[in-house]
Amino acid sequence: MIGRIGRKGISFVSELGELTLFSTSSLGSLLKGRHMLEKLVRAIYEIGVRCVPITLIVGLFTGLVLGLQLYYVLNKFSSESLLGQAVALSIIMEIGPVFTAIMIVGQAGSALSAEIGIQRNAEQVDALKTMQINPLGFLVSPRLYAALICFPILTAFFDIVGIFGGHLTGVSMLGVDGGAYWNRIYESVSLRNVRDGFIKSLAFGLITTAICAFQGYFTHTKASVPGARGVSQTTTRAVVLSSIAILASDYLLTSFLLEK
Amino acid sequence: MKSSNLKIRGLSKRFDDLVVLDAIDLDIPLDSHTTVIGKSGIGKSVLLKCLSGLLTADSGEVSLDGAPGKFPQCAYMFQQNALFDSQTVWENIALPLSEKERISNKDLAQRVNSLVEQLDLENAVDKYPAEISGGMKKRVALARALITNPEIILFDEPTTGLDPERKFAVFDMIRSYRERFGFTVIMVSHDVPEVFRITDQVAWLDGGKFKFWGTPEELNQSPPSELEGFLNPKLSSQSSVA
Repeated sequence: MIGRIGRKGISFVSELGELTLFSTSSLGSLLKGRHMLEKLVRAIYEIGVRCVPITLIVGLFTGLVLGLQLYYVLNKFSSESLLGQAVALSIIMEIGPVFTAIMIVGQAGSALSAEIGIQRNAEQVDALKTMQINPLGFLVSPRLYAALICFPILTAFFDIVGIFGGHLTGVSMLGVDGGAYWNRIYESVSLRNVRDGFIKSLAFGLITTAICAFQGYFTHTKASVPGARGVSQTTTRAVVLSSIAILASDYLLTSFLLEK
Repeated sequence: MKSSNLKIRGLSKRFDDLVVLDAIDLDIPLDSHTTVIGKSGIGKSVLLKCLSGLLTADSGEVSLDGAPGKFPQCAYMFQQNALFDSQTVWENIALPLSEKERISNKDLAQRVNSLVEQLDLENAVDKYPAEISGGMKKRVALARALITNPEIILFDEPTTGLDPERKFAVFDMIRSYRERFGFTVIMVSHDVPEVFRITDQVAWLDGGKFKFWGTPEELNQSPPSELEGFLNPKLSSQSSVA
């Protein structure tokens, strides 16, 4: 039993090391490759533009629900006027970065993992190596940088739409004073709160994209079965691990950022 | 015997306890066609991967005659072609140049178009790999391999899964383009004796060693007794039944 836990622990640490090396090598490969701007624009389209609709929809509904829930909680203390502050801070500091990251992982991260996995199975990664093209620079690096650009922007979209969603429920439907809603947000949300939210989204972007690309890139060694089922296995694992990593790193980052 | 140019010396590769290549030696004349034959899973593809750098050999060296440490430029033809399915045929062929060399768009277009013309791919340049035939895919993969003017092209079982007619078509294609472009072919193949029509020399890999190396004629005249079963599986199975 202890031996098994030990082996699992060693395997986890070893995989974490491999992931770190993979991420740093990929980040360092950007300047070595050619036509990187074109690849970056394409990756921004895949990760960023294509995720805008889902981010806006989820952001709106999250704001609507949050406005509703917080209204009834605050109503018990006759503090409905604090609704704007409560909605804005919850979204900007926590829900925005976390939900946005989970949405992007579901849409773009899974696609990234499956695409690289299929390329690995079709020997396209090996083909790049035989052509002396760095596969990390060609396949992974543009996606990592695109994630660093797209995650904060999509998080900002989520935040804005979410706050409007809270306004829609609180002010338009439940009768909270509109001036109080916006004024509380203006008074309570500081630049530091916004910065902390963006720090989180940057971290989530890097971690989740690295995990998804890593699982796809090593699908031939990570999956217990080869072929399409192997790709399906590593894609599922990429999404699950990314989601766990988002929540775990959110806790660590929150502890660190709140202490500062 | 021809003068040897590419020297493989003491090349070894093992996976855990399984010895796949056991200190093999082979001389391959440049501008020739060498075919490595042997049973499935015996290590033929591993040899190609070691030559191409996809796998690192545990020991041994591959070098050019008189130029230790220097290895000629190689291209690799994969069994399933390994074309990028989200890129057009033109982009696939241009890939090695556009990604590796500082070359103007005009020169790139010139080199790609020249190959497209020589390999009869004019009608396919704007298509995606999924939209063209298997034979055409092979030609696209060959064009992509040829775009960097390699001295050696490694073919990993280029006729896997093809019917006899298409097999001959692929072999003829390799022969005719080799004659036209003058590259060296190192091929792994199961297609015995069909492949003997186009190869200059045959190397039989078995048990991690080359058990035979010579011309197809030499092989036909005096095949090693261990190789007879491989060359004539029907005879072998008949004798075992008898």
